[in-house]
Amino acid sequence: MAKCGSAKDAVVIGTDGLDALIKLLAKDGYDVIGPRVESGAVVLEPVDGVDDLPAGWADEQDGGHYRLTKIDSPAIFEHVVGPHTWKRYLSPPAQTILRARKRGKGFSVEEVVDAPKYALLGVRACDLKAISLQDRVFDNGDFVDKGYFARRNKAFVIAVNCTRAAGTCFCVSMNSGPEASCGFDLGLTEILTKTKHVFLLAAGSERGRKAIAELKKKKQVKAAAAADRAAAAKAVDAAAKSMKRKMRKDAARLLAANREHPRWEEVATRCLSCANCTMVCPTCFCSTVEDVTDLKGKTAERVRRWDSCFTHDFSYIHGGTVRRLRSSRYRHWITHKLSTWHDQFQTQGCVGCGRCITWCPVGIDITEEVRELGKRRT
Amino acid sequence: MADPMTPEPFRIERVSRELADTFTLDLVPVGDKRDFDFQPGQFNMLYHFGVGEVPISISGDAGTKGRVTHTVRAVGTVTESMADLKKGDMVGVRGPFGSTWPMELAEGHDVVIVTGGIGLAPLRPAIYHVLANRGKYGRVAILYGARTPSDILYREELEAWSARLDVSVEATVDTAGTDWTGNVGVVTKLLPRGNFDGRDAVALVCGPEVMMRFTVHALNDQGVTNDCIFVSMERNMKCAVGFCGHCQFGSRFVCKDGPVFRFDQIEDIFRVKGI
Ligand SMILES: Cc1cc2nc3c(=O)[nH]c(=O)nc-3n(C[C@H](O)[C@H](O)[C@H](O)COP(=O)(O)OP(=O)(O)OC[C@H]3O[C@@H](n4cnc5c(N)ncnc54)[C@H](O)[C@@H]3O)c2cc1C
Ligand code: SF4
Ligand code: SF4
Ligand code: FES
Repeated sequence: MAKCGSAKDAVVIGTDGLDALIKLLAKDGYDVIGPRVESGAVVLEPVDGVDDLPAGWADEQDGGHYRLTKIDSPAIFEHVVGPHTWKRYLSPPAQTILRARKRGKGFSVEEVVDAPKYALLGVRACDLKAISLQDRVFDNGDFVDKGYFARRNKAFVIAVNCTRAAGTCFCVSMNSGPEASCGFDLGLTEILTKTKHVFLLAAGSERGRKAIAELKKKKQVKAAAAADRAAAAKAVDAAAKSMKRKMRKDAARLLAANREHPRWEEVATRCLSCANCTMVCPTCFCSTVEDVTDLKGKTAERVRRWDSCFTHDFSYIHGGTVRRLRSSRYRHWITHKLSTWHDQFQTQGCVGCGRCITWCPVGIDITEEVRELGKRRT
Repeated sequence: MADPMTPEPFRIERVSRELADTFTLDLVPVGDKRDFDFQPGQFNMLYHFGVGEVPISISGDAGTKGRVTHTVRAVGTVTESMADLKKGDMVGVRGPFGSTWPMELAEGHDVVIVTGGIGLAPLRPAIYHVLANRGKYGRVAILYGARTPSDILYREELEAWSARLDVSVEATVDTAGTDWTGNVGVVTKLLPRGNFDGRDAVALVCGPEVMMRFTVHALNDQGVTNDCIFVSMERNMKCAVGFCGHCQFGSRFVCKDGPVFRFDQIEDIFRVKGI
C-alpha cells in the first residue's frame, strides 16, 4: 500500500491539542463526529471536545459478545470498533432523495441532496478501507451517487491507527489494517508511556497540512522525536501481532466453487436472519426506497433506507421470494462479501473489522464459516 | 438519459386494455425532453406519484421517436394502482436502463423467439426491429405460450404477423375450452416444429424462470448452443443503477449487466436454486 501520510513529517500534540483540533474543525463549519460512550457501547456521534471521547474505556469483543470495561488508563483510543460505522454519515440509514409536487394533472420532481460538512474523527484503518470500497460502489463506472459524493468530498477524515486489536478483528489477513496508510486528511497514533500521553499526528492531504499549521499557531504542536515515531510504530505492530482471527486467502475461490455445500444448511440452523451483520458492516451498501405522500396527497417524497439481503422482501418478485431459504440468504451474504464483490468491483468486499462476528447474536464467525467450507467433505 | 436518479414526468397519451389484468400505456415526454431513444430489451423505472416505482420493459417500437410504450400486468401495489391511470395523467420515467437483445449479432441468422405470458412485451421491440429489417435476418419463428386463449397478449398483432409469409408464428395454451382449435401444451413442445435451423439460429427467450430453464434444454435439443441463446432475467429492483443491491444474481446486477444475458455467461448460476 502506498504511504500517503508520511510519518517523517509527523508532529506531536497532546490531549489539549486534540481538543483544539476538534474546536478548530467545528469553527470551520464541520460537524465533528467521533467515538463516545453511549448505552454501554462506543458509538459514532457528534463530539464537542476531547472530554466527549471514551478515555479509559476498552472493549472486550468475541463472537456474539461486546462489553466495555473501565481501565486504569487515560488512553482515548484503547477501544476498537463499535456497532456504528461511518456509512451512517456518508450514506445515512434514511435519506430523502426526491421530492415531488402535484401540479394539475401532473407533477414535478426534484432531487434532494443533503450534504452536511462532516469531520470524521477516529476512522480506523479497516473503516478507511471500507469507505474507499463504498466509493467504488457509488461510482460504478456507469452511474454516480451524487448525494454520497457530496458528503464524501466534503468530509474531513482523521484516521486513528489501532494500538490494540479486539478479539474479533482480522484486518491483517485482509490487508486493511491496523495501520491507516492512505486516504485521510490527518492520521493519529496514540502514544502512552509511563511519562507521557501524546499523539503522533501526520498530514495526509493539503487540508490536513493546513490544520496542523493552524494548531502550530495555537502553540499546540511539538516536533516529533525519533523515540515518538518508534513508540507509535511499535504499538501498531503489537496490535497486528496480537490479532487472533484470520481469513483464508482463498476465500473468493472457495465460495465461488461451493454454492452447493452441506455447510449452508448447517449455518442456517444457527442464523436468525436478524440482519445485524449487514447493518453493522461498513461495506454493505444495500438500500430500499419508500415513496410516501403527505396527508393531502399534494407532495410526495422518496426515502432511501438501508436494507439487508437477509429479509424476505429483499429478493421478492411476483410469485415468490428468490432467496426463500435462510441457507440461500446466508450464502448470498458471505459470497457477496468475499467473492462476487471482486467480480463486481475488482476489489475486496470485506475489510476484516470483525463487527459481523461481534454483533451476531449467535456468534456466527465469517472466518470460521470459510474455514469450514474449505475442509474436505466427509 | 437525463438524470438517471430523477423521474421525468411523461403524459399518458393512450391507455389500451390488453387483457383482464394487463394494459398498455403510450407515454410522451413533457418539458424539453422530446425524444426517447432506447434499444429493444431495455426497461424503464415507472413512477406512480406517491405510490412507488417499478421496472417495466419497453414494449413499443424503437423506431418511433418521441413516444415510449409499456405493457403492464397488474400484480401488486404499484402495478394495480397504475391500472387506474387514464389518458392525460402523468407518470414518472427514469431510463432507459439495461442490456439489449442482440439485434446486430443475429443479423444473417435465423431468429427464434420463445416467450410466455407477459414475456412477449419485452420481446415486441425485437420483433418490430426484425420485421422492419426483415432482409437482414434468416428465417424468423415466434413461439408463444399463454395460460388460456384469453390470456394471449397482443393477439391481433400475433395474427397479423402469422399472416405474413416471411414469419412463422405458433401459439399454445396450457388449457382451453372446445372453441380453441390451436395448440395445447407447454411452449417448448413447439420447438421441434419451429421453422428454423438450430445450428444457425439466435434464440431470444423471455418468460418465467422455469419456462426459460426448459426452453434452454429444448433449444439445445434443436442444436442451438448456449452462446446463441439470450434470456431476459427478472429480479427485484429498487434503483436500476447498481446502488441498491436488490437485483443481484450471482455476481451480476440484473439492472446494469442485464436484464438480457447470453446464456452461456450465466449458465453456472442459473442452475443454482435461490441464488
Ligand atoms: C427488468 C424487468 C422488466 C420487467 N418488465 C415488465 C413488463 O414489461 N411488464 C410487467 O407487467 N412487468 C414487468 N416486470 C415485473 C414488474 O416489475 C413487477 O410486476 C412489479 O415490480 C410489481 O410491483 P408491484 O408493486 O405492483 O407488486 P408488489 O407485489 O406489491 O411488489 C412488492 C415488491 O416486489 C417487487 N416485485 C414484485 N414482482 C416483481 C417482478 N416480477 N420483478 C421484479 N420486482 C418485482 C416490487 O418492485 C416491489 O419491490 C419487469 C421486471 C423487471 C425486473
Ligand atoms: S463482513 Fe464482517 S468483518 Fe467484513 S467488513 Fe463486514 S462487518 Fe467487517
Ligand atoms: S452482503 Fe447483502 S446487504 Fe451487504 S452489500 Fe451484499 S447484498 Fe447488500
Ligand atoms: S436495481 Fe438496484 S442494484 Fe440493480
